[in-house]
Amino acid sequence: MEYKTVLTTCGYCGCGCGIYLEVLDGELVGTLPCKTDSVSQGGLCIKGWNIHEFVNNSDRLTKPLIKKDGQFNEASWDEALDYVASCLKKIKAENGSDSIAFLSSAKCTNEENYLLQKLARAVAGTNNVDHCARL
Amino acid sequence: MLEKVKELLRAGEISGFIGLRLQNGHPAPHMFTKDHLDDLGSLLVGDVRYPLNKTLLKVANQYPELIFGVMVRGCDERGLIELFKWNQLKRDRVVPIGVACPQGLAEACECYKPYPAQWLVGEKTEGISKSKRLQKVEAMSQKERLNYWLDEFNKCIKCYGCRDVCPMCFCEVCSLEDRNFILTGKLPPENPTFHLSRAVHMVGRCIDCGLCEEACPSSIPVRTLYKKVNEIVKDYFDYKTGESSEGKSPLNILGEVTLELSDVNK
Repeated sequence: MEYKTVLTTCGYCGCGCGIYLEVLDGELVGTLPCKTDSVSQGGLCIKGWNIHEFVNNSDRLTKPLIKKDGQFNEASWDEALDYVASCLKKIKAENGSDSIAFLSSAKCTNEENYLLQKLARAVAGTNNVDHCARL
Repeated sequence: MLEKVKELLRAGEISGFIGLRLQNGHPAPHMFTKDHLDDLGSLLVGDVRYPLNKTLLKVANQYPELIFGVMVRGCDERGLIELFKWNQLKRDRVVPIGVACPQGLAEACECYKPYPAQWLVGEKTEGISKSKRLQKVEAMSQKERLNYWLDEFNKCIKCYGCRDVCPMCFCEVCSLEDRNFILTGKLPPENPTFHLSRAVHMVGRCIDCGLCEEACPSSIPVRTLYKKVNEIVKDYFDYKTGESSEGKSPLNILGEVTLELSDVNK
């Protein structure tokens, strides 16, 4: 029998609120705001309060899926990335660079976001870069 | 407290103690067990409060036959008394370990009884019977007061933090999530329906711990609102929430009751 809390940072947006994930017998059972966190000072938004719910949700994707003949099929990361790259190349050749947009995420680090915009501008040749908060 | 908890765990009188520990430089809720007595080195009382009774509910629901210890302040003890009455916890399955709040905390809370029946930590300080924050709002004219609350409720981002942190919110189905009643995808939520509904549901439940207000990212003074609820419950129903194991809370009384709201036009 074990109940513990694990201090971590909410991954939903760029605010970085301090949260405790509540763990009962190895299972994630809840979220509490960290009251002494210097950023969030014990407050959370509705997403933060419920962040434990997505971790073990049955709807969560755990493997890449490729859609073929209207059906999603599990694929390896190599297959999925090769498929995406070939499709992007084809779209760029047929419709030009600005027919492609890149959406980044507040869940990523600053460095990862930098890399994505670099990929967009230097490889695909477009300034169409935005992020998940404006989806 | 450390020695008492160690003794209870060693003797097997309790299977776990729910309290706070210093972890990563922050106070954090934790359950101490006999198998990990070394953890008690990080046991903490401090001034930062978490809904420990809510943690107790989670653990006790999983292990209904076991006895647990829990750190209680005056408010937490009021909470336990009500949770027993509302059949959420069993009286003989909980061993409270008391803490008397320091004067600063008691004043910040305007707590009328900042100590439990028995305590091992702290000194008894006088309770505060009159809430200045409530008096300030009541000094306003009815129109001013209405505008004050409407403005405050307008700040709500509907995080449900006041409900989620509340150690007395244990319902499986919550009216505040009823889509016919509170529309989804709209901010602020229905004003004042959303907040006044919660206030009504706090009748006989709110033990004035103030965790709701501390959890509010918009700094809405919900504690003042619930202090008023408690005052009404006391004045009209002669019921002080969490004070005694006797008596039923007003919403548990079936039958006809007629009330005269004498100050309704004040």
